[in-house]
Amino acid sequence: MHELAIAESVIDAVTQRLPGAKVTCVHLEIGALSGVMADSIRFCFDMATEGTGMEGARLEISEPPAECRCRACGAEFQPDSPVVLCPCGSPDVAVLSGEQLKIVSVQVA
Amino acid sequence: MCATCGCADGAGTRHQHDDGTWHTHTVTLGEKVLARNDELARQNRDWLRARGILALNLMSSPGAGKTTLLERTASDLAGELVIGVIEGDQETALDADRMRAAGCKVVQVNTGTGCHLDAAMVREALTALNPPDGSVVVIENVGNLVCPALFDLGEAHRVVLASVTEGADKPVKYPHMFRSAGLVLVSKTDLLPHVDFDLARCTADLGKISPGATVLPVSARAGDGIAPWYDWLRQRTPS
Repeated sequence: MHELAIAESVIDAVTQRLPGAKVTCVHLEIGALSGVMADSIRFCFDMATEGTGMEGARLEISEPPAECRCRACGAEFQPDSPVVLCPCGSPDVAVLSGEQLKIVSVQVA
Repeated sequence: MCATCGCADGAGTRHQHDDGTWHTHTVTLGEKVLARNDELARQNRDWLRARGILALNLMSSPGAGKTTLLERTASDLAGELVIGVIEGDQETALDADRMRAAGCKVVQVNTGTGCHLDAAMVREALTALNPPDGSVVVIENVGNLVCPALFDLGEAHRVVLASVTEGADKPVKYPHMFRSAGLVLVSKTDLLPHVDFDLARCTADLGKISPGATVLPVSARAGDGIAPWYDWLRQRTPS
């Protein structure tokens, strides 16, 4: 599943930025429209860190709502579904945020 | 100051508290998880653009008809367009064999247990393929409507196939995939008399999920709708 590739990318990115660091926690931000499931990431992260220097590290995941702006009526709204429609009914929508998949910070011993 | 042991943040020596927890400090990274894939994809995109090569990321569920459509396309447009192919499958070179027989230069990528192609795989495959300037490269992704959507390969356009045998509700069930599509090909239309498929509903749903996408019904076997697909290709191939 793609969450495994994503978990591995998290580990690679942290290890590259902070080689040799004892990382105890990783704070991820998963946007509501990113196509990634937090539970699957947790499962894959534990699998992927096993036997590495990051084994035992916790994952903290924040999932902020997406923010969109309708190009038809100008309204800004938070979609409640991955099929993004403005309350006015238009699908012509700009995604201001919600697709992010970000390592916000890590806790280092 | 650490609330557990009272030492200042970043006090230096790594240490554990009596309860076994590590004294830690926060390092802000603000890094995109897929930064490395995105960077490789950007490099792929630049490399392709510099050579005037049109690269398509062709995606669908397994068995929707990607390879059959490509075989027909390569055969009908032989002499007009040079089409190179990067085939992605977990195992076997079956699709590469078919495309070679259709006259295309092809590289097969086997992902093993992997469920999608990524930019690193495509970079290696492009090096092996060595497509000529001004040609078309079709990257036939692993059959999967979920995972490939997240991975930029450096393509110019994403083409997603949805066959009439899969039901008209695939776009709403897999919005991330279909939202990323520039072109949706509703395939196997020769089978419409034998299946329940509401083309109008599917097209309307696609209008909500991916308002900018072109939707073309096509049958590679019967040839219905094939000309608009070829026109779409021609319009985007650098002349």
